[in-house]
Amino acid sequence: MVRTMTGAQMVLKALADQGVEHIFGYPGGAVLPIYDEIFQQDEIQHILVRHEQGAVHAAEGYARSTGKVGCVLVTSGPGATNAVTGLTDALMDSIPLVCITGQVPTHLIGNDAFQECDTVGITRPCTKHNYLVKDIADLARVLHEAFYVAKAGRPGPVVVDIPKDVQFTPGEYVGPSNVRHKTYRPQVTGDQEAIRAAVDLIGGAKKPLFYTGGGVINSGPAASQLLREFVRLTGCPITSTLMGLGAYPAADKQWLGMLGMHGTYEANWAMHDCDVMICVGARFDDRITGRLDAFSPGSTKIHIDIDPSSINKNVHVDIPIIGDCGHVLEELVRVWKARAPQVDKAAHTAWWKQIDKWRGVDCLKYSGKDDVIMPQLAIQRLYEHSKDKDVYITTEVGQHQMWAAQYFRFEDPNRWMTSGGLGTMGYGLPAAVGVQMAHRDSLVIDIAGEASVLMTMQEMSTAVQYDLPIKIFILNNQYMGMVRQWQELLHGKRYSHSYTEALPDFVKLAEAYQCVGIRAEKPDELDDAIKEMIAVDKPVIFDCVVDQHANCFPMIPSGEAHNNMLLGEGVSDESISEAVSEEGKVLV
Amino acid sequence: MNAPLPSTHYPAATGAQSAESHTLSVLVDNEPGVLARVIGLFSGRGYNIDSLTVSETEHQSHLSRITIVTTGTPMVIEQIKSQLDRLVPIHDVTDLTVAGNPLERELALIKVVGKGEKRVEALRLAEAFRAQVIDASTEHFVFEITGRLNKIEQFVTLMQPLGLVEVSRTGIAAIGRGQEAM
Repeated sequence: MVRTMTGAQMVLKALADQGVEHIFGYPGGAVLPIYDEIFQQDEIQHILVRHEQGAVHAAEGYARSTGKVGCVLVTSGPGATNAVTGLTDALMDSIPLVCITGQVPTHLIGNDAFQECDTVGITRPCTKHNYLVKDIADLARVLHEAFYVAKAGRPGPVVVDIPKDVQFTPGEYVGPSNVRHKTYRPQVTGDQEAIRAAVDLIGGAKKPLFYTGGGVINSGPAASQLLREFVRLTGCPITSTLMGLGAYPAADKQWLGMLGMHGTYEANWAMHDCDVMICVGARFDDRITGRLDAFSPGSTKIHIDIDPSSINKNVHVDIPIIGDCGHVLEELVRVWKARAPQVDKAAHTAWWKQIDKWRGVDCLKYSGKDDVIMPQLAIQRLYEHSKDKDVYITTEVGQHQMWAAQYFRFEDPNRWMTSGGLGTMGYGLPAAVGVQMAHRDSLVIDIAGEASVLMTMQEMSTAVQYDLPIKIFILNNQYMGMVRQWQELLHGKRYSHSYTEALPDFVKLAEAYQCVGIRAEKPDELDDAIKEMIAVDKPVIFDCVVDQHANCFPMIPSGEAHNNMLLGEGVSDESISEAVSEEGKVLV
Repeated sequence: MNAPLPSTHYPAATGAQSAESHTLSVLVDNEPGVLARVIGLFSGRGYNIDSLTVSETEHQSHLSRITIVTTGTPMVIEQIKSQLDRLVPIHDVTDLTVAGNPLERELALIKVVGKGEKRVEALRLAEAFRAQVIDASTEHFVFEITGRLNKIEQFVTLMQPLGLVEVSRTGIAAIGRGQEAM
């Protein structure tokens, strides 16, 4: 059945047909016809943010915690340019979004009209794909294609730019089942021969290691279950990138913790020494590899990725498998069971013995203080008080983000939302808004730094408006902590502009936003304050005043190899001697 | 315990492989912005474009063919192909160089101004190179020449002392040898 409707009506109809329930946005001249349609329906709920960047991050949090496509609606010109940071963030972390932008009427495009910008030009390099719809006849098809492109293959953000006159023009609507993309068909099933070769290689390994990433999370909860099954079948140790946390339970004995620049001692050493590496849905990012010529030098590498351009981009791999992690893991489990390889048990035992020695270093140990809260302690206590709840964590970017990754323990996928690739300060608060919108009854905490959170603080107002009881847990050290840490270690302690001399009083700020402010300054206040924060059924800004000079360890100094880590003061030299062979000591 | 720290938090560049030249044929939907996507990919990721030509080749299906000559290490060439291939409106990426010694031709329009002996010499050379005169006055010629890159380079070099004032070149069009089609 062909139905005639205006472009604006078509937008709402297409969103509804795509199963959209929530859209994050901010009105303006060039999207008023769409806002007029939003006013006249109640199928889709619009969440009014305070800045367009917040809308995109909220949609990212929504998408990452639900597995659905996140939706954004902004106006032309500044509306679109404000969304650029969020779009780039979603592109770097492969988050499926559809962002609808208003545009000036078609006859004014190119005229420097009021609130005009070249939206498709500006967003071309920061989206997976984008469209300018100049003809109403294309609109419905483009909207459905946008959802398909956003979630098919390696997910990403898609922009649909709609001039205002097209929003008014009547046209014929087509439903999603009538739209099939002309060219875009990503490969999802892996090559059988490569899968068999991978099983044989893993079966014969003496020092195997799984290295998994955000691709497992993006593939859906079933992929995480299959990963667990396969890792347990093979008995191999497993580490993960920042993006992959939660795909494998942190409580499991085969889990080594996160790897990379601030990864654990055991994960990084295992990466350096392994003989077979099974990379699942990760992309050999520079935060993971460190010095490329010294990255896992002795291993044969298997790489499972849905994006062929990730293969051999940074590191040469021996067995590439192009496909969706879930599909490939399912095949790996099946082929492993069918071939039942005889693993070298003695070699595995020796490998685990070595790993236990590395674990013995206790690399996350830190020196506690009586009079001041250590940031690591704050995360540990937060974890203890929230671990039995239905909890989702978002973060900003910096030291607190790394401490959260190290000390908060994730047992399930889609519970951890952080800006990994782009490293966007200000991500966590709006992302928490999006997560809470999708999970009204869950505990949603943004582990924040005081510098990051001020970048998007205005979204507290959104949280209050929509009754979203998000908890903003600020580790407040008055410094841009990670910048300060690098300045201390690399720039002769010259703390150039990393100290914030004029911070707001976060408790009063919370009150100004009509939410709840809580402050903890001493270690003995911490537990009660956290309990109070969790108990309050309103948005909370928690000002956790922490040690100003704590550094984030372990740390691979840049440009170094994985077996050259800096450790914190809390880690004793004896424990390192215990763990490292004579050969290794030369390197450390 | 540790060596002095380098003051950057990015890994150093790895040792360079030697660069090679490849000719890529890219079949794309002829839609607005598709060329910008391809060019933006090259500039954004720091790849080289030595030559680029584009034109609609299949009118009914609105397909255009982009021919790109690029240089890079084998790893970079592989990256370029996979990065191109994942652009949504791209149908097919073929590395003609891998398929083997493709046919490559370019067209150039060359304006030479002069009188007397130089003018005669220019015309004589044009005949030897099978360049055609497509515009002339008593004081100038415009030559049209088609051929391989080095033939055109050579002709342009020869015209330089004979009054060459302007050159316009199309860039390389290429096709694979034999009966196989893309």
